[in-house]
Amino acid sequence: MSFVLAFVVGGLICVIGQLWMDLTRSSITPAHILVGFVIGGAILSALGLYQPLVDLAGAGATIPLSGFGHSLAQGAIEGVRERGLMGAIAGGIEATAFGVAVAVIFGYIIAVLFNPRD
Amino acid sequence: MKGNVEQQQEKEDTQEEYRLLVDEVKPKPNILKNCIRAFLVGGAICLIGQLFLTFYLGSFGEMEAGALTSGTMVIIAAFLTGIGVYDQIGKFGGAGSIVPITGFANSIVAPAMEFKREGFVFGVGARLFNIAGPVLVYGMLVSCLIGIIYFLFA
Repeated sequence: MSFVLAFVVGGLICVIGQLWMDLTRSSITPAHILVGFVIGGAILSALGLYQPLVDLAGAGATIPLSGFGHSLAQGAIEGVRERGLMGAIAGGIEATAFGVAVAVIFGYIIAVLFNPRD
Repeated sequence: MKGNVEQQQEKEDTQEEYRLLVDEVKPKPNILKNCIRAFLVGGAICLIGQLFLTFYLGSFGEMEAGALTSGTMVIIAAFLTGIGVYDQIGKFGGAGSIVPITGFANSIVAPAMEFKREGFVFGVGARLFNIAGPVLVYGMLVSCLIGIIYFLFA
C-alpha cells in the first residue's frame, strides 16, 4: 500500500509542476519550477501541512523538491528548539547538508568523468 | 535625439512584444497528455524512492533512512545524466522528471558537463550551481525566515 501511495502522491505533485509549466507563459524554466517547489514545500511545512503528506505517502512526498523545502523548514524549527536564534539560521542547512553534499560531490565527479553526447 | 528613458522604454516594449509573439507562436502544449506523462514518470521515480526508503528503514532511523534515500536517488540520477539517459526520461516525462530530487541532480550535472571546456573553475565549478544555486539561495532564505518567525512567535 505504501508503494501505491508513494506513486500516486508523487505523481500528482509532479502534475502540479506540469500544469504550472503548460498553463503559464514561456518564461517558466525548470529553475523556476525547482525554486517554487522548495519555497512552497517549506511554507506548507512551516504551517504544519506537509508532515501529514509525508506520513501518508512517504517517498511520494519527500522525493519531490517540496520535500527538500520540508526538510529545510523542519530543520530551522528544530534548530530554534535546540539553540534559539543560531539554530534558526543554521538549522535548515544542517538538516539538508547530507543531500546537498552528495549532490555536489557526485555531480562534480560525474560531470568530470562523462561528456555530453550530441 | 531621443532621451535615454525613451529608448529604454522602446526596448522594453519590443521585448514585451517579442515575448507575447513567442507565447502565441509556441505550439499549444497537449496538457492532458503532458500531465499523464508527468504523473507516470514522477510517480515511478517516487515509487523507486519508496523502495529504497523501505530498504533503508530496515537498518536505520527515520532521519537517516530519508537522507540516504535522497542521496541514493541523487547518485543514480547523476549517473543517468552522465550517460545521457536522463535526458530521454526528461523528454518523455516533462515536469515528472524535473520536480523530483532526481531533476535537481540532473540540473547540477548537465550544465557542469556541458561547459567543461570553459575550465574546472568557471566551467564545471560554477555551472554546477547554474540551477542548484538559485534553489539553495531561496531555500536558505525561506528556511531562515521560517526559523526567525518561529523564534519570535513560538
